[in-house]
Amino acid sequence: MDKMTTILQPDHATIAGVSEPAKSRAARRVHGLSDRTIAWLFVAPTIALLLAINIFPLVWMIRLSFTSLNLSMSYLPLRFVGLDNFSDILNDEDIWFRLQTTAQFVICSVALQVVVGFGLALLINRQFRGHSFWTTIILLPMMLSPAVVGNFWTLLLQPQIGPFNYLISLFTGVPPSSFSMTGQVALAPWTIVLVDTWMWAPYVMLICLAGLRSIPDYIYEAAEVDRASAWRQFWSITLPMTVPFLMLAVLFRAIENFKMFDMVNLLTSGGPGSTTELVSITLKRAAFEKWRTGYSSALAIILFVTVFGAANIYVKALNKVKQR
Amino acid sequence: MSDSAVAKGAKGTLHRFFGRGRWEAVAMTLIGGGIFMLVQPFSIDLYSYSFVTILAGTVGFVIVSHFPE
Repeated sequence: MDKMTTILQPDHATIAGVSEPAKSRAARRVHGLSDRTIAWLFVAPTIALLLAINIFPLVWMIRLSFTSLNLSMSYLPLRFVGLDNFSDILNDEDIWFRLQTTAQFVICSVALQVVVGFGLALLINRQFRGHSFWTTIILLPMMLSPAVVGNFWTLLLQPQIGPFNYLISLFTGVPPSSFSMTGQVALAPWTIVLVDTWMWAPYVMLICLAGLRSIPDYIYEAAEVDRASAWRQFWSITLPMTVPFLMLAVLFRAIENFKMFDMVNLLTSGGPGSTTELVSITLKRAAFEKWRTGYSSALAIILFVTVFGAANIYVKALNKVKQR
Repeated sequence: MSDSAVAKGAKGTLHRFFGRGRWEAVAMTLIGGGIFMLVQPFSIDLYSYSFVTILAGTVGFVIVSHFPE
């Protein structure tokens, strides 16, 4: 330490004998930076990184959304088209249908996830033998990457070699290779709902479990004293007190499913035809297959504002749950 | 009534008018309504005005979230 002091303050080796103001003046001269400056120095790289990889692309995308840029013809001069891209999208029936498909997917998968997740939470909330083991097993799908889930479900659902079709044929007697879960118009939408529910119901379960564990025992004890049946306790205590947590799960899953891309792209790529083409897949096709960069930027902004608006409601709901 | 009491009353009315809760509810209704308009299968006209509605709600929410409680 003494050595360091000597290095940092070579001309103040005998500083011990100097008065306090002189000491602080010397320290300031040596370090030369205020606490605030040092704090900014530490934060600056993070801010620079955020600006470079989050804010700059967003601002650039906003700029591009007002242009007619087509990357397959990037030699053409960039032309400012005002709000034409937005107007095109908001009058395009195809995009409208894709948004409806997305909404159907969101409603069906979130509803199923809430039912399954809440049911699992009620089960796990009871203390039983092997309770921790089963909780871990149930949580496993949630920990996998959507790309991995998409790939292995593609194999599971394969009509010739996939075990899923064999399982169905075992119960129904329908030949396994006579139907394809991802290739048939009637089945493909339900397949993506099924896989998404398999993956994300554990997440809803976790949130519901937090809600269930926050209910004080004395309320149930009071209900027992009043001879309320288990069914009555569920409808009058459990469900009303878990509703804020359920709302939180619904909002979060709805926002996430609205943006869903990777898993559906791997499972069906939007097919057969455009039955499972969610709006995120349409966006990818407009941007990287048709190379309509200006148009796809405008669509991305519409989706961004929608998700941002929904996220505001989500944060508000989250704060309400926190205050509870 | 004294001037200060009148001024206090006016300030209270302003506070109540610009209270966050009510305006946040309005903004959230706009956002929710806009999202419904975006994905509903009934009318393309509603779809066409959905983005403006969501944008108004979102910008409104950002503004009113700075209002006093």
